[in-house]
Amino acid sequence: MFRDLYITFKEFLRTFGAMQLFFLRLLSNSPSIFVKRFNLVVHQVHNAGALSLVIIMVCGLFVGGVLGLQGHANLSKFNAEDSVGTFAAFSLIKELGPVITALLFAGRAGTALASEIGLMKATDQLAAMEMMAINPLRRVLVPRFLGGVIAMPLLVAVFTVIGLFGAHLVAVSLLGVDAGAFWQQMRSTLEMGDLYEGIVKSIVFGIVASLYAVWEGYNAIPTAEGVGRATTRTVVLTAIAVLILDFMITAVSI
Amino acid sequence: MADTSEQIIEVRDVDYSRGRLEIFKGLNIDIRRGDVTAVMGPSGTGKTTLLRLITRQLVPDRGRILIDGVDIGKLNLKELYRLRRRFGVLFQNGALLTDFSVFENVAFPLREHTKLPNRLIRHVVLTKLHAVGLRGAADMMPQQLSGGMARRVALARAMVMDPDILIYDEPFVGLDPISMGVIVRLVRKMNDALGITSILVSHDVQEIASVADCSYLISNGKVAASGSPTELKNTQSKLVQQFMHGMADGPVAFHFAAPDYEEQLLGRDVEQ
Repeated sequence: MFRDLYITFKEFLRTFGAMQLFFLRLLSNSPSIFVKRFNLVVHQVHNAGALSLVIIMVCGLFVGGVLGLQGHANLSKFNAEDSVGTFAAFSLIKELGPVITALLFAGRAGTALASEIGLMKATDQLAAMEMMAINPLRRVLVPRFLGGVIAMPLLVAVFTVIGLFGAHLVAVSLLGVDAGAFWQQMRSTLEMGDLYEGIVKSIVFGIVASLYAVWEGYNAIPTAEGVGRATTRTVVLTAIAVLILDFMITAVSI
Repeated sequence: MADTSEQIIEVRDVDYSRGRLEIFKGLNIDIRRGDVTAVMGPSGTGKTTLLRLITRQLVPDRGRILIDGVDIGKLNLKELYRLRRRFGVLFQNGALLTDFSVFENVAFPLREHTKLPNRLIRHVVLTKLHAVGLRGAADMMPQQLSGGMARRVALARAMVMDPDILIYDEPFVGLDPISMGVIVRLVRKMNDALGITSILVSHDVQEIASVADCSYLISNGKVAASGSPTELKNTQSKLVQQFMHGMADGPVAFHFAAPDYEEQLLGRDVEQ
């Protein structure tokens, strides 16, 4: 049993190390691709971002609505239902915005990326590129990675704004909280630091989600089953990593 | 540079194994400039592996592979990519980029490697597509093509950068007789018209006989026989005879190693 544990641990370290190296290679190629092949990056921002937009907006609206309901129901016990705006803003900006967006992004864009790259590998498209003296890392992986990294903070912003709108819709329009109190309390309690926390999280999660998607796709076993497994792993690993990192970033910033 | 020498590719004493499975043991192959050279062998002898070694997608365990006298094992990534521009490779399934049209697939290497104006790219791509008879399919997507058409598009793409060496991996598999004939003629025509060197991996003996200048028969990790197709046909070696005439009995066993047939059917091997 100890031997099994030892082997598993060694395998884990090896994968972890390989992933770090892969990440460094992506990073070192990123600036030149960003400058020289900006059109490829823009295309991937559209691919990862615009295609996740609908699901992000729908989910944002309903998450905001639930915050409005829950906030109103629970805060009214303390006669503090006017603070529902603050409550929703803090939850959305610091936690729910980045975390839920990252999870949805992994489900929508991450899986698409992983399976696309995995299938390109399975059908020899990546090998064909290599043989045309085109580095697939630079032509295929880096633009997709950068696209995800850029798209994520934008999606988080959209999610948060729509979420606040949803909270406003429920709390003010339906439950009769005063609109002035809703916005004014939010403005007076929310600080730039809170906003930075959300921004930092969205950037970190963007990197993590895109890295896992690209890595899993690129290292998929080139069979139907292998690509399927890579897509599943993308979602599972991204979810775990995002929640652990969320805890760590929150612990550091409080 | 030994550009004028007769050999363009020299494979010297190459060993290669995948895991514990030994694929090549002391393999030696010479490929003459300007020839169509065929590499044949029973399935599983590592023909595709040989192509991957020559293009350094794989690295041999031992031995050297020289291209124009340069050991490709010693090249760094930049030099390797420069070398690869001299290759055109036709993959078994075409390996077309599925999110681009036929036209963009053929234009892809030009767009990546050159800064040619669009008009010129269009011109070059259309002439290459015309050569494989698919100018009319320029706007189609790879998914709409039949297997034979996809391979012809891939051929147009492989030659769009005017390579010195064209490599075909199993170009005849799964083609109808018409497409097969077209591809066979194309291989020969392009080799002679463009003055390139072609390497063909296949086990279609008849087609190879009609197109190749020289063939190598690989078996058990070594070259079992080599020479022109007629020379091979007249060789007395049992293995060559078996392969060239497609006989089930001979040095190459048709059956994969298995327990005794009768014992297994009667279930005696389980009881023991």
